[in-house]
Amino acid sequence: MRDLIATALMDSSLLLGLSDKEWDLLIRQGRRANLLARLAYQVTEKGLIDQIPHQPRLHLVSALRMVERQNQAMRWEVQCLLRGLENIGVEIVLLKGAAYVMADLPTANGRAFSDIDILVPKHAISLVESQLMLNGWQGGHHDDYDQRYYRQWMHEIPPMRHVTRGTNIDVHHTILPESARFKVNTPALFEGIIPLPGYAGLYVLSPVDMLLHSATHLFHEGELENGLRDLFDLDSLFRNFGQTSGFWHRLVPRAMELGLIRPLHYAVRFCTMILHTPIPEEVINVVNAGKPPVWASMVMDYCYARALRPTHESCSVSGTSLARFMLYVRSHWIRMPFHLLLFHLTRKALRRSTTRSWDAPFARDAT
Amino acid sequence: MKISDYSENELVGLLKRGDLLLDLKPFVVRICSDIADMAHDISLMYADFYTRPVESFSDFHVSVMRESGVFNWIKPRARFFFDGRPSFIPLPESQAFAMLEWGLNWCVAAHSHHYLIIHAAVVERGGRAALLPGQPGAGKSTLCAGLINRGWRLLSDELALFDMENSLLFGMSRPVNLKNASINVIKQFAPETVMTLPVSDTTKGTVALMRPPRDSVQLASCGARPAWIVLPNYSAGSQPIMKEQGRAETFMLIAEQAFNYDIHGAKGFMAVGDLVGRSQCHRLTYSHLDDAILAFDELHSGSER
Repeated sequence: MRDLIATALMDSSLLLGLSDKEWDLLIRQGRRANLLARLAYQVTEKGLIDQIPHQPRLHLVSALRMVERQNQAMRWEVQCLLRGLENIGVEIVLLKGAAYVMADLPTANGRAFSDIDILVPKHAISLVESQLMLNGWQGGHHDDYDQRYYRQWMHEIPPMRHVTRGTNIDVHHTILPESARFKVNTPALFEGIIPLPGYAGLYVLSPVDMLLHSATHLFHEGELENGLRDLFDLDSLFRNFGQTSGFWHRLVPRAMELGLIRPLHYAVRFCTMILHTPIPEEVINVVNAGKPPVWASMVMDYCYARALRPTHESCSVSGTSLARFMLYVRSHWIRMPFHLLLFHLTRKALRRSTTRSWDAPFARDAT
Repeated sequence: MKISDYSENELVGLLKRGDLLLDLKPFVVRICSDIADMAHDISLMYADFYTRPVESFSDFHVSVMRESGVFNWIKPRARFFFDGRPSFIPLPESQAFAMLEWGLNWCVAAHSHHYLIIHAAVVERGGRAALLPGQPGAGKSTLCAGLINRGWRLLSDELALFDMENSLLFGMSRPVNLKNASINVIKQFAPETVMTLPVSDTTKGTVALMRPPRDSVQLASCGARPAWIVLPNYSAGSQPIMKEQGRAETFMLIAEQAFNYDIHGAKGFMAVGDLVGRSQCHRLTYSHLDDAILAFDELHSGSER
């Protein structure tokens, strides 16, 4: 069964027939899945916003206002970033949210953003890091283990935070951890980058690579709090780029070249299965090359059908917690070899039990 | 139906099932709780509020539940949940109702960006509203509680909702949060007011909630035009001094006290400008509640002349 929020995003005209009780559920699911603003954007675009009952409409308006503000803040933050990095002659590639916003992609409409992710060549990473420090960004992880965890095993340096603005930036040198089971052809990734018009020194990934990165990110993720939102991102990228010439032809060969055919397979499978994303038949057939063995395929179907839903009580069915747990374990399993994993998780568990803090005013929340 | 139409047992049942839909105009809140005293406090504080049918739309689903675990057998604690997700640290069970109040404030402040939401008390008289912003300790809740016992209508003691489309202030008319010494000050000032039992050792000290006047609750859906912004400044032993406050200074203060000023961007800037532009701005230094209320009444009658 499809959740109300997914159904509503797929066909906004359904909204006009909802009862109060259904609106109540829709707003809750949308809020939890971080999809409320996207829904608000869609109904505003279609001119339906004024036909929505007063109470739920205000929640849509509120969510959209928040996201528009984040969008604006993101543009400003990129300006600040560029000012800090423009003279060092390094190609700075914006990833994910920052890329969607700066490249004016429809995927950014009604999409909430917080951190900026950038990709820079590995040889330039210390230069970028020191330049960011000179411009007010600071690393937060000071202990030796965290430093080693990031620098030796991961694909990024520890997240940095700006001292006055409080904004975060993640600096990556590739798109999968160094220790991961799948290896990405990073040099090939850099060959395909596209300059961002009007911003000298800033780049985004090519459409095909952007989609592959989005898929790789979602299907390596262990905590799928925003799983459905990320699936809608993929859906939007497929629909948008799918109309440009050559996209579908380049997609599969490029996935092979970068070593990302498996995540592409999952993206195609779950986008078509859950969101009915229009993908050409021949692409679906070829992408099956990335299919895991039958047993694994069945397990993945079981898990993602449950995990790519809002983390709301109304979307929980039998097996949801198990599915989420298995995907969490899987994400670690494919992120690093077993001995490292064992060490890392043990340490994480021990640390959590000793550093639990009760004085934070709010536990994590939806906003 | 009104809350006062239910027996306490009926309220306990509704709360247990999570079927209590409380109409806090302009919001509807669905409350679930298994805390023994919750029904009592709700019937005491929200007596004049209406409930809504279970199939209605609720803006916020909240629950306050007992924590499980051995530790809680000795010292029971309760926790606030927003739509099934824990949103605050657990607190002693005696603070459950206060936690519900703080939790509701947070729900509104974090999700209602169709308003400019200001941390301020609002009272109204003759269709004209006085906004009382101020840091904690400046005495805005005490002053607000005093005013509403002397003919002013309560909109809110904590959250002013400024509707940027029609420039009206709203406030839900919910219970007034009194802290420490002000609990006894108000008890002496207005012995007929209904209060919850004081709860000590909260993060804000000793806290008691005061039932909002019935007239205010009945008018809760009526907005009020902003007319005055008065910055309360309690100063022991001081004569009452009502002094005009610069508009620029007041603007900065309101912007700082607005929870979502930054979210509104240029629109928020215009809205604060609008609010300040429509108001006479004052700073009131006082030590006695009676003096302060007299000063407010003079403001009100001065404007009628």
